Amino acid sequence: MDARVSAKIQSVFEEPACEHNQNKDEKARKKGCTKQLSPGAAAGGCAFDGAKIALQPIADVAHLVHGPIACEGNSWDNRNSSTSGPQLYRTGFTTDIGELDVIYGGEKRLFKSIREIIEKYDPPAVFVYQTCVTALIGDDIEAVCKRAAEKFGKPVVPVNAPGFVGPKNLGNKLGAEALLDYVIGTEEPEVTTPYDINIIGEYNLAGELWQIRPLLDALGIRILSCISGDGRYHEVAQSHRAKAAMMVCSKSMINVARKMEDRYGIPFFEGSFYGIEDMSDTLRQLARLLVQRGAPADLLDRTEALIAVEEKRAWERIAAYRPRLEGKKVLLITGGVKSWSVVAALQEAGLEVVGTSVKKSTKEDKEKIKEIMGEDAHMIDDMTPREMFKMLRDARADIMLSGGRSQFVALKAKMPWLDINQERHYAYAGYEGMVDLVREISKTLFNPVWEQVRAPAPWETPALEEAC
Amino acid sequence: MAIVHDSKKACAVNPLKMSQPLGACYAFLGLASTMPMMHGSQGCTSFGLVLLVRHFKEAIPMQTTAMNEVSTILGGMDNIEQAVLNIKKRANPALIAIASTGLTETKGDDVDGYLRLIRAKHAETLDGTEIVYVSTPDYVGAFQDGWAAAIKALVAAFVTPAETRVTGRIGVLPGAHLTPADLEEVRELIEAFGLDAVLVPDVSGSLDGHIPEDFTPTTLGGATLDDIRGLGACEHVIAIGEQMRGAVERLEAIGVPCTLFDRLTGLTATDALVALLMRLSGKPAPARLKRQRGQLQDAMLDGHFHLGGKRVAIGAEPDLLFALSSLIAEMGGEVAAAVTTTHSPLLVRVPTEEVLVGDLEDLEMRAVGCDLLITHAHGRQAATRLGIPLFRAGIPQFDRIGTAHQLSVGYRGTRDLIFQLANIFLAHMHAHGPEDWPLPAEAVAAAQGQSAAGCGCASSSCSSVSDEVVIPIIPA
Ligand code: SF4
Repeated sequence: MDARVSAKIQSVFEEPACEHNQNKDEKARKKGCTKQLSPGAAAGGCAFDGAKIALQPIADVAHLVHGPIACEGNSWDNRNSSTSGPQLYRTGFTTDIGELDVIYGGEKRLFKSIREIIEKYDPPAVFVYQTCVTALIGDDIEAVCKRAAEKFGKPVVPVNAPGFVGPKNLGNKLGAEALLDYVIGTEEPEVTTPYDINIIGEYNLAGELWQIRPLLDALGIRILSCISGDGRYHEVAQSHRAKAAMMVCSKSMINVARKMEDRYGIPFFEGSFYGIEDMSDTLRQLARLLVQRGAPADLLDRTEALIAVEEKRAWERIAAYRPRLEGKKVLLITGGVKSWSVVAALQEAGLEVVGTSVKKSTKEDKEKIKEIMGEDAHMIDDMTPREMFKMLRDARADIMLSGGRSQFVALKAKMPWLDINQERHYAYAGYEGMVDLVREISKTLFNPVWEQVRAPAPWETPALEEAC
Repeated sequence: MAIVHDSKKACAVNPLKMSQPLGACYAFLGLASTMPMMHGSQGCTSFGLVLLVRHFKEAIPMQTTAMNEVSTILGGMDNIEQAVLNIKKRANPALIAIASTGLTETKGDDVDGYLRLIRAKHAETLDGTEIVYVSTPDYVGAFQDGWAAAIKALVAAFVTPAETRVTGRIGVLPGAHLTPADLEEVRELIEAFGLDAVLVPDVSGSLDGHIPEDFTPTTLGGATLDDIRGLGACEHVIAIGEQMRGAVERLEAIGVPCTLFDRLTGLTATDALVALLMRLSGKPAPARLKRQRGQLQDAMLDGHFHLGGKRVAIGAEPDLLFALSSLIAEMGGEVAAAVTTTHSPLLVRVPTEEVLVGDLEDLEMRAVGCDLLITHAHGRQAATRLGIPLFRAGIPQFDRIGTAHQLSVGYRGTRDLIFQLANIFLAHMHAHGPEDWPLPAEAVAAAQGQSAAGCGCASSSCSSVSDEVVIPIIPA
């Protein structure tokens, strides 16, 4: 393996800020958090996919994929990260290497590609993604990027996370490493304020950042850089001047948060935008860190005042659904989201959560779930599609909330289903997001279509069958 | 005769093309009780799966040998063995269908050799499950090439020469560009003559959006292994799309009579199929078909007002490009720009001046001044920038539902396609305004009594030409 990539992977695995890691012994830690995949029974994206998910939301950058058509051609413009301005990140750039490149090496084509992009699109930076085939034939993207950066006088950033080094979450971190190595701290902001923060690991899916931003704006808190949702290259480059940082709970970019603390003294906390208490907690933590770093103390009071108003408004709106939703049973299968915080909101709406996934939850999370759902909380570690199908068809749940992978399990069982995954088109963050989520659940549950599709066909009606 | 060029750019911008292994797996999805699998790293399968899920809005069974860097260098024997055993245990399919990827092809894995060893080693465990392999490196060809290679591999693996032909059994080898609805239409056309249709593969059986009684981990519906084997005994085999030529040649080599149609979109194209079916069945065309043909003629008459003279830019795989371009040309439209994904002998016959093997950036540049863009959903950004409507054709169409039921073959399919295209033009009809027909400076000058030659510059900003015409006002 390319020595640089393996060194990076090792350093990512040894992440001291990761709770999972602290409980492992030296040997287990070295092995890393990547489970060995089982051939013929594996699912999920590759490291390249993860790196692209992490970095592509930087909207004004040209993202160039070095490899055969599979990596970009089968996947471009398929992520739902929103932008408030530049569209360049949605343009698919790939070297689309052919047989001759495989034989003679693809570095020349890569260099020319960077030139073409700079000449035609003049972006503030080009990010170059390594993939399996080009890694295997030994194309040195670091060297090509360095040469191109010198020649064209523009940042050209190598993102060395070829698919075969591991799964998506490893790729998230390797992508983030590229920011640490080549981008963050390379420019100075024009002005700074005591209220400058970074949000790390938020991708602005379905525009969720915009459910949060008004709250921060109202408090006078400035997002110096969101890494990477609705991001801009220069903002990321200047992000080292923030006073505090929030790391979004999925841990996908814990290395950025921790290293920025080490290098630039930016304290961070792990927070979530999902769920009402979580949102309030996040605001409190932000205010607390900023005040610690020298912001005027009245920020704390203003934050509490805002929380009081917004929480009341949200709970009232959610409680309004109670009469309709009371007693309906929900199966909640989430990926990275802390489920307990969402569970609380669903319960407030009168819904009964009959099961929730804890695949990626920590011990604390599980304790919390027990606290909220009671001792016999149905925690699901891993459910096969067949089990889900059965559970839904036997009507042990009225609706399933899950990621896209299990969508058809629910729909084919003729059961209501709501997308809470990356590709969803609805935003569920913050106070507004929770109200929207409950509204969507209600809309889905009470759609008359369920009655229609469950109605028996004429030939399934006994009386008619006899008559024929 | 179109001139065919390759894009000269180093960097593909906004790819039109998808990869070969995905095309191969799509073909395998048209087989019953099958588990398609890519031999490569997990990401390739994940991307392909997501793409097809979003296009069809269906669960897509597809597996990976989950190669990593170490196993790639050591060779994929162990991974394939584990994968095959795992799939057998969990899903017990009738067929495990493997497509290679760029990664394992670069290493040069001898998958056929591995499979022989695996078969021998686990003969008992694997009993009842066939395994087929096709070589489809990502860095060669495109989606439809992968589809074609997969079907060729299936024919090579399972079809044997037959001693007798089954009268009335018609095999159908559809190209990757036909939708499940297209396949249903072809089947109905054949059955309309009292013949039996056996489609290989048959995505209309597996990806037509039916609701099964129970959950299955493999494909549900589609061509069975017996259907494939039975191709050798068909009275006749109909192939649709130039991409199917390789499979056709194999069948012809073992004595199966075949006819290859380069398209089934359009009046004369459908006529050719109907004529063949009349000959094969010895039956006249049913009244229903005659009515449908009449409806198509009428649609063409109504539609030509709106398609005639329109400039259309098309980005599609060769067979789809040919079918759509031919129809546009037959309706009096002009194929002003044509971009495709891979080479095909068909490309020179596309009714346009130049066909470029390129990407959507190439298409966008060539589509300036066109009235309509036809390509897959990734054309949406280009269409917005160009300010012209987009008609979605091909895979992927992740931002639409019902894509499996898009019909464009046969009399009915062509009729509906014409309506759809014409209605787009009707919806975007340009209403004329007072500035639409300005006079040239020369005419204005002449009207103002200046010599047409003027100072010789013929420019409206020239001082020798007055801007305004002085209209004498006659008092009432
Ligand atoms: S696994 Fe490798 S070849 Fe496949 S998509 Fe990911 S980077 Fe590309």
